[in-house]
Amino acid sequence: MSGQSSPTFGNLDWEVTPYTDLLEHVNSSTIIGAGAASVLVLGAFAGIALLTYMRWWKPLFRDWLTSADAKKIGIMYIALALVMMARGIIEGLVMRAHQATALGALDKAETGLVAPDHFAQLFSTHGTIMIFFVAMPLLIGLINFVLPQQLGARDMAFPVLNQVSLGLTAAGAGLVMVSLLIGDFGTGGWTMYPPYTGLDYSPGEGVDYWLWAILISGVGSTLTGMNFAVTIFKSRAPGMHLMRMPLFCWTSLCVAIMLIYAMPALTVSSAMLALDRYAGFHFFTNASGGNMMNYANIFWMFGHPEVYILILPAFGVFSEISSTYSGKRLYGYTSLVIASMSIAVVSFMVWLHHFFTMGQSAGVNIAFGIATMIIGIPTGVKIYDWMATMWRGRVRITAPVVYLVGFFLLFVIGGLSGIILANPSIDYQVHNTTFLVAHFHNVIIPGVLYGMLAGVHYWFPKAFGFRLDESWGRRTALLFVGGFIFTFMPLYVLGLMGLPRRSPTFQDPDFLPWMYIASFGAVLMLAALFCLLWTFWKSYRHRMSLSVPGGDPWNGSSLEWSTPAPVPEWTFASIPKVQARGDWGETKRAGDPWRAPDSYADIEMPANTAHGLIIAGMAFALGFAMVWHIWWLAALSFFAITAALIWRGMRVIEPRIIPARQVEEEDRRFREYVAGATPITRADEESERNRGVPDCSEFAG
Amino acid sequence: MSSNNGLYPGLNLGSVHDEAHQQAEATVFGFWVFLMSDLIIFGILFASYASYLNPIGMAGAPGPQALFNLKSVAIQTAFLLFGGVAYAGVSLSMKYDHGAKKLIGWLLICALLGGGFLFFEISDFIDQAAKGGKPQASGWLSSYWLLVGLHGFHVFSGIVWILAMVGQILTRGVDDVVKVRLSMLGVFWHFLDLIWVGIFSFVFLVPLA
Repeated sequence: MSGQSSPTFGNLDWEVTPYTDLLEHVNSSTIIGAGAASVLVLGAFAGIALLTYMRWWKPLFRDWLTSADAKKIGIMYIALALVMMARGIIEGLVMRAHQATALGALDKAETGLVAPDHFAQLFSTHGTIMIFFVAMPLLIGLINFVLPQQLGARDMAFPVLNQVSLGLTAAGAGLVMVSLLIGDFGTGGWTMYPPYTGLDYSPGEGVDYWLWAILISGVGSTLTGMNFAVTIFKSRAPGMHLMRMPLFCWTSLCVAIMLIYAMPALTVSSAMLALDRYAGFHFFTNASGGNMMNYANIFWMFGHPEVYILILPAFGVFSEISSTYSGKRLYGYTSLVIASMSIAVVSFMVWLHHFFTMGQSAGVNIAFGIATMIIGIPTGVKIYDWMATMWRGRVRITAPVVYLVGFFLLFVIGGLSGIILANPSIDYQVHNTTFLVAHFHNVIIPGVLYGMLAGVHYWFPKAFGFRLDESWGRRTALLFVGGFIFTFMPLYVLGLMGLPRRSPTFQDPDFLPWMYIASFGAVLMLAALFCLLWTFWKSYRHRMSLSVPGGDPWNGSSLEWSTPAPVPEWTFASIPKVQARGDWGETKRAGDPWRAPDSYADIEMPANTAHGLIIAGMAFALGFAMVWHIWWLAALSFFAITAALIWRGMRVIEPRIIPARQVEEEDRRFREYVAGATPITRADEESERNRGVPDCSEFAG
Repeated sequence: MSSNNGLYPGLNLGSVHDEAHQQAEATVFGFWVFLMSDLIIFGILFASYASYLNPIGMAGAPGPQALFNLKSVAIQTAFLLFGGVAYAGVSLSMKYDHGAKKLIGWLLICALLGGGFLFFEISDFIDQAAKGGKPQASGWLSSYWLLVGLHGFHVFSGIVWILAMVGQILTRGVDDVVKVRLSMLGVFWHFLDLIWVGIFSFVFLVPLA
């Protein structure tokens, strides 16, 4: 980057790509940097070529990008998350490979696969991507897909706002992706603590990429939280009292409330850091009255609720699958509701445990340490509830159950290491070591990743009409479990041996065996990723024999299983009148669950619109322009966003009407299919005979 | 739900339009949730302001005694609060169907009062910058400018929204959607008064007391 800033292109010039570095020095670090950029460019070209060759542009635009249907928006969120996850896992592997080759000596500064600065970018993007652009889109996508169906609603309360939220998240993800090719990413870790990330120590575009990705996607997540909360409070089907909602809806409500209250803190801390960097303010600088502790406090006021935002939807998924796949009613429904809400509330009172060592008094540390240990209690209640649900159930070892069991084993270990870290005097010894890295991966991977993948597996047939291959699903799950154990258990040991986190090199040869084990684990994780993709591909190839038009492949009890698979755009031919908790299951008990509604009416659905797409494009342009100081483009895109909002407000927007005749026709066809199909028992669930019509007499949930 | 459930009687959404009421219910509730989220932002900024309000945070730069002009702040308060009162005119002409003209008239009065507030606030900012009170001078000044400036930006956005609503009334008439939006704009406009009461007391009066 040259010192001059041009009025047209800001700080951009031809020297910002990793290819420039490669031309200057050819070594493993620059080859990896240029290779990653090339994968991005080639991937983009391949995508464009595929869309053009298959003539998919029009369907993509018409059926997906402009759709305001929460189910499709949810699927797009999950697709975005899987793409980002591929990058995140590969980055993890590169980091493990680096550390396995990073045994250095005191007189040799640089060693290992990648350069120290490159390593710092890797752990910063890895953390940012995995939290904000994998975990968040996965859970928001899953909630978008499932929540309205479970509540008996046709859509979210604000469908177009939902589209805008997706667009903003994608714009943020796009910024992080573009940083592979154009310029560098920040090196301050996913938390980007100042003053290191202030202008004095981190000039250049790296931290700005993080800031704008976070600010833009953060607005999207805040709006999503509002949308979920309003949907749950105002759009439930008649009779769906709060205490009749499936557990997944309850955890979604907790997530919504936490997003509403926690995301603003992230927006504030990022905006303050941006003002420091762009306008010379002194919030977090060393000089002139700045105070970086304010950043730590505000960031973790968001950051701690965030980890429960990530984990609670997974708890919701586990509640659903432990009951369905055991053929038993969920044990302790009320206690699970209370535990979820307790976690949501207490999660706001523990943020300080992220910086015990940063100079508070012992009394303050102890108060937060105790609060942190208290949060383990409701979590423990939940684990016992799920185990009690499975106890003496007729458990089918499907892929989601493998994830669930892996979660039981590993999450409890992760939780226990959390309780250890919650003790301030122990924390002083192990903070900032790989012990901590092992701890949070130990809760986030078995919790969030397993939970979300189990959820994807569980609800996949509802979205696409065919089941996922169980054998490959189980192999994927086992690989993720094994990969986790090999990658992260050694990090506990290394942390106790004194290896600081984020170190590009180390001098103690005793670390090496553990490093090799961890690298082997990272290879397993990559294999798990390929196995996951293979599961999708193989299931797609066999979609006819795996299809479940009856829509209820697992003999479920909540409302979403009462509709065909794939679920029609309007979800319910007529809005159900809910009589009980687990209403669909109760209907099965009463006999003849697939009775047609007495009459059909026209259905209003939100009209397709490119509003979200336009806002996303402008938001991406705004972020990119701010990162590279292209002021005219920043101003232009800001005004374009405002103009788009005002313009939409001026227009009268008519909903799309789906005529009763069309609904009736499709619904009749579905009911005739179900009536003609042979119901299958649990034992046949994995066979080709499973057409989504279960034997209702077997239902015991 | 019966059509006589008394939801939002001030909006005149038409007594037989159940759906309009239910949609209004969700939309207005959603807007309250948004304001809760916004309130958190202001809450954190108030707390930050308090944390910089000490000799270390002021770092030798001009402080409250040197910079604050309470007379101008009182004038701003008057503009803003009368702007809030004027919005009652909007709500009442909506409730009693006084027609689009009166509605637009009241909206423009609100916008003018908001503009008066902004005029005095910006002159204060310019004056303070001239006295060495730029946001770049100290942590305390950074937090002062961000908190008060963000409120000012909200007032500006409120004025843009008012003008957008005038545009909507002119192009699409006073339909149900516009009525619901006017009621949300009212909530937003009064919310700004509420924040200002906090700013007036904690930002301006406390350091001078």
